[in-house]
Amino acid sequence: MVRLEPRRQHSQAMVYLSPVLAILMTLVVGGIIFAFMGKNPFDALYTFFILPINNSYGISELFVKATPLVIIAVGLAMGFRANVWNIGAEGQLTMGAIFGGGLALYFHDSESILLMPAMFVLGALGGAFWGAIPALLRTKFNANEILTSLMLTYVATLFLSFLVHGPWRNPEGFNFPESRPFPDAGLLPIIFEGSRVHLGTAVAVFVVIAGWLLLSKSVIGFQLRVVGKAPQAARHVGFRQKRMVWFTLLLGGALAGLAGLFEVSGPIGQLQPSISPGYGFTAIIVAFLGRLHPVGILFGGLIMALTYLGGELAQITLGLPNAVTGLFQGILLFFLLASDVLTKYRIRFGSIAAKGRTA
Amino acid sequence: MNASLVKRTLAAVAAVGALATGMGAAQAEDVKAGFVYVGPIGDHGWSYRHDIGRQAIEAELGDAASTTFVESVPEGADAERVITQLAQTGHNLIFTTSFGYMNPTEKVAKRFPNVKFEHATGYKRADNLSTYAARFYEGRYVAGVIAGKMTKSNIVGYVGSFPIPEVVRGINSFMMGAWSVNPDVQVKIVWANTWYDPGKEGDAAKALIDQGADIMVQHTDSPAPLQVAENRGVLGFGQASDMIKFAPKAQLTAIVDNWDSYYVARAKAVADGTWESKDTWGGIDTGMVEMAPYTNMPDDVKALAEETAAKIASGEFHPFTGPIYDQAGELRVAEGEIADDGMLLGMDWYIKGIDAELPK
Repeated sequence: MVRLEPRRQHSQAMVYLSPVLAILMTLVVGGIIFAFMGKNPFDALYTFFILPINNSYGISELFVKATPLVIIAVGLAMGFRANVWNIGAEGQLTMGAIFGGGLALYFHDSESILLMPAMFVLGALGGAFWGAIPALLRTKFNANEILTSLMLTYVATLFLSFLVHGPWRNPEGFNFPESRPFPDAGLLPIIFEGSRVHLGTAVAVFVVIAGWLLLSKSVIGFQLRVVGKAPQAARHVGFRQKRMVWFTLLLGGALAGLAGLFEVSGPIGQLQPSISPGYGFTAIIVAFLGRLHPVGILFGGLIMALTYLGGELAQITLGLPNAVTGLFQGILLFFLLASDVLTKYRIRFGSIAAKGRTA
Repeated sequence: MNASLVKRTLAAVAAVGALATGMGAAQAEDVKAGFVYVGPIGDHGWSYRHDIGRQAIEAELGDAASTTFVESVPEGADAERVITQLAQTGHNLIFTTSFGYMNPTEKVAKRFPNVKFEHATGYKRADNLSTYAARFYEGRYVAGVIAGKMTKSNIVGYVGSFPIPEVVRGINSFMMGAWSVNPDVQVKIVWANTWYDPGKEGDAAKALIDQGADIMVQHTDSPAPLQVAENRGVLGFGQASDMIKFAPKAQLTAIVDNWDSYYVARAKAVADGTWESKDTWGGIDTGMVEMAPYTNMPDDVKALAEETAAKIASGEFHPFTGPIYDQAGELRVAEGEIADDGMLLGMDWYIKGIDAELPK
């Protein structure tokens, strides 16, 4: 019989090494799978992980893809640290895009340089508003925020669908479900000429640094960590759990809303029924891949973005199916969770009776 | 001759042809065609049929053509990158097969003037960007005629994807077909808000059958609604491809998308340097819209369906022939007139008699 036994002390180094280990194991297993599919594993791994970023266009696209993931994941990580499980970032992203993008549509003739900053504010407000609902339900009625935030995602997606099929439909668009294109003043400036890297990418870097400072240097960051790790101790010293719920859901919502605004005012340039391929959900994986630490999340976001780009190129150059992308992400998460378990527990073989009362 | 021999012969003929034109035309080049699909190729519907068309290029042009595809590409920021990557990796003919790829395709086409682009179901064109679509409403009219004859409850269940003109036009055409043989038919519509989600599509079908529908029509891409019809013992229509193997007792016919000849023609045009930007909207007559074999119906209904399809193909009859009134009772197409393509392409209203409201 096999048992898991908690380690009294777990190695701090392993906490940070486990993602690296997980990535290495993913490469090995991925290579084996490629070999079974009749592809040269080294070629395939090269195509998957190196080819996408061996030119400047590829690197710029990596940044474009990682931007929303990183911004959302930093916000989510704050909540996860305090045991606030916001699963609805996708909906908050959508509401941010609706609020901020709606402004661009309302002022579709505008050339004002104030439009963009106003869109930032409304985008963040839209996401925060959508995060406030689960916060209210949790603090007033003790409703589980996992369920409420997830369900609100579908409400937000359908609301966007309603808007672009109806009142916000492009009057010159032959009745197809999409809004007008945003005016130039409502489009994010491009940072690198000839690429799609936009101002949002710079904001993502800023969010990482600010998140790091918040967690490590501020009182509220300290409270977040204590509430998550030792809720009873936190209550004892008077940290209010409700305040943490509000703070993390508003912050997570605002960041997701910003990420949504960046998608529609960056690479997409208008509102349409589908604006995100599930960034709000993928960001949950990114948050854990990055150890709920903003700097780790930066790397986690880049790696996750790379698997998408690699999956596309694997289809184009090797004729591999799209499912390979999901497979890689699944294997990565599997090994990450396995490494985490083994960091915190040790495996014991043999029955309890034979070993005596070890635990 | 077995199938592979046919393929090889065709390939050889094509190769000789390519060689011959290669000597004549200076612009001749090998075709490297890239395809962007919105769903998985295993959807057995929309993307699957585009992939069959891709394979037709390889079969017909043989060594003169190679093809690549990328499946399940989201209609957001990702599409532009995938299309760019195809253009950067030497593809000279790129098919983007969903409406949501219109703006990204237009953007990439501007940056790669030497690459030919083909966008399905959109309306933006450029010198190197063609558009193409099929008049599926013709097939839906035929399906409507069959449904009108076959229904006993006089309730038809319709699983819609999104209330865009393509789908609204299909519902109107279907109902005009049904009413031409049975004025008592009513339609119940459920919007699944997805093109491909077997779970949601199936649930929509179950809800419709629970409301008394004994004919299932779908404008979503998976076989799920038809499979539900099969399990519940009612009849239905396949979507995009012949789905008879999913519903041998339920499928009446299927409106089959057939892109094969169009794709082959466009690839050949690139090969011999005669490709030009244009807009194609083909119907039953061009073979783009095909009716799968008529099954599970009596001979007289089958004969009526065949006759209707033949009349549409020959141009003798157009499904959108006036008088056509909208739900508000306003005359949209006068007696004896035919709706023009502009009206068809932008259709955002139900015809009179449909007891449902269009989601706004």
